[in-house]
Amino acid sequence: MSASASLGTAQTEQPDSVSKLALARVFRFFESLAVPLAALLVSFALFGVFVAFTGNSPLDVYAEMYRGAFGTWFSFQNTLLRAAPLMLTGLCTALPARLGLIVIGGEGALVMGGVAAAAIGPALGGAPPPVVTLAMATFGMAAGALWIGAAGALRVLRGVNETISSLLLSYIAIALLNHLVEGPLKDPTSLNKPSTVHIGDHNMLANTPGFDVHLGLVFGIVACLVCYVLMDRTTFGFGGRIVGGNVRAARLSGLGVKKLVIITCCLAGAAAGLAGMVEVAAVHGRANASLVAGYGYSGILVAFLARQNPLAIIPVSLLLGGIGASGGLLQRAFGLPDAAVAVLQGTLFVVLLASETYQGRIRLVPRALGGS
Amino acid sequence: MEGVDASSIGIWGVPLAVLGGAIRISTPFLFVSLGECITEKSGRVNLGLEGTLVMGAMSGYGVSYLTGSAWLGVLAASAIGALLGALHGFLCGRPRVNDIAVGIALMLFGIGLAFFLGKPLIQPSAPRLPSIPFGFFSDSPQVRSALEVNVLFLVGLALAPALRWALANTRSGMVLRVVGEGAEAARAMGYDVLQVRLLATVVGGALAGIGGSFLSLFYPGSWNEGLSSGQGLMAVALVIFARWDPVRCLYASLLFGGASALGPALQSVGVTSGYYLFNAAPYALTLLIMVLSSSATEASADMPAELSVSR
Repeated sequence: MSASASLGTAQTEQPDSVSKLALARVFRFFESLAVPLAALLVSFALFGVFVAFTGNSPLDVYAEMYRGAFGTWFSFQNTLLRAAPLMLTGLCTALPARLGLIVIGGEGALVMGGVAAAAIGPALGGAPPPVVTLAMATFGMAAGALWIGAAGALRVLRGVNETISSLLLSYIAIALLNHLVEGPLKDPTSLNKPSTVHIGDHNMLANTPGFDVHLGLVFGIVACLVCYVLMDRTTFGFGGRIVGGNVRAARLSGLGVKKLVIITCCLAGAAAGLAGMVEVAAVHGRANASLVAGYGYSGILVAFLARQNPLAIIPVSLLLGGIGASGGLLQRAFGLPDAAVAVLQGTLFVVLLASETYQGRIRLVPRALGGS
Repeated sequence: MEGVDASSIGIWGVPLAVLGGAIRISTPFLFVSLGECITEKSGRVNLGLEGTLVMGAMSGYGVSYLTGSAWLGVLAASAIGALLGALHGFLCGRPRVNDIAVGIALMLFGIGLAFFLGKPLIQPSAPRLPSIPFGFFSDSPQVRSALEVNVLFLVGLALAPALRWALANTRSGMVLRVVGEGAEAARAMGYDVLQVRLLATVVGGALAGIGGSFLSLFYPGSWNEGLSSGQGLMAVALVIFARWDPVRCLYASLLFGGASALGPALQSVGVTSGYYLFNAAPYALTLLIMVLSSSATEASADMPAELSVSR
């Protein structure tokens, strides 16, 4: 009713209103960037002060971080390697967030995806490598989907808070991983670091053409693009946004809220599960404690920094992947503990959320274009 | 030597170890959940108490090491906890800032900062908190070690009923509840809602910090990065299970402590298969309890109405 009314007024406006609208859209785009970028700068400044307290020059540290993240071809590839799982775990928080759910269990879905992939890979024996890869990806995504889907189902069917349940499920996943690599799935030759059987060198994921970076990067980018189309360009995503905006209105308009939530959570978990599969199939070759590397937790920050937009997750993952990649260099060059990266990420997260209060209050759209 | 003693009391070693574990392991749960209970009574959720717990453990250990007094460590831990609580309370007082998201951010921030600052504290050993040997009557080392009770546990034991009484009968308890049940009504009565919530989060943070100092200063009794594995977060879930009642928080903490002690207790009598699965017991129990105590259609009647944790 109201939608048709506004359409009617739009048609009676001046012909140049189309270009005006387009211009206003461009301004709005920069408006939405302004606050997160300002938050980024503020947190870098705060971390700079922190670094100064440790007796190091903030400028030197940042220069070194840039070098370690983007400065050379080698370091940039290292950044890409870390960005790949972050894109997928970022989706794990971002997709449910569109429906108003705060899921923070990406770490558990990643671990379960990795375990499932590492279990099915060697079990297939002499199957051709593409079949093994496909099976590993399918199993990894299914395991992740089960994990986060469970949190979503508990939310809509039993009213269990998904934030807490998804994190509890992460701890359960890590305990399961430890149980499986110490017992049923243990490779007897892995003494120092209990692991599953290696999937075999011929089954390892190939490199992205032109890069010394595995195909996981392509998986991550494609997943973000697909999720963007799904959430922003389809009826499914539209329904999800209504649920996120107002659950009661969504129910009244006949949307299957429960189904939407559970399917979205399954997709989110599948993304993180794929990240686990990639870590196994491209990096470690087996499932072990190395899977618990914090990609799930960093993914939460990725999603919030990207304002839960799947497209924005790609550049944000590069940024946070770069920060992560420079951690080792900070340790070697300045003697800063490896947790320095965690401090920077935590600061960034806190400042970003504090900046939410300014979101939409910074006006760049000129009045002539309909800004206030 | 220990093996001989274990066989002398046989299978009874398991419930005894679970009891001992319930008392030892429950203490951090107890302090964090009492703190979170106060915060949630004001209508706000602080998910960041996991970070507060770890920061409390690190700073408590550090101060105890530097000053030689474990109690000064506890004091420092509560001060750091109060500071982190104030940060949470302040940020959430700003318009359009989500308390759950800020909690997650502070959790990651607190853990990262504690690991950073705590790097030099992994090696040295700090003075630990004293304990009272309630097992003096027994010759069995199991009984003695199970009844080696820390003073902080006794403090928590007294604090729980005291808090329940204060919430029901004191002026500040009433104000806290009014703010948590209806911000509008509290505003109409002339109370500063944000101020009350800030204070409630500060007190909650201070208690969580004390819980953290117990981890590093008594049990396990050293500082390392694997010290806490979600106790702070489980305690938040536990408050929901305890239906926002301090005394029920005490019972729930004991239950969780016992569940956490199950794996090591079974291992001590030779049941080693599935040891790692038993490590999942407290998390699975928390989840199960949340499933049983939640409802898809209506919020618990005991829940503060302003709370966003189960919208």
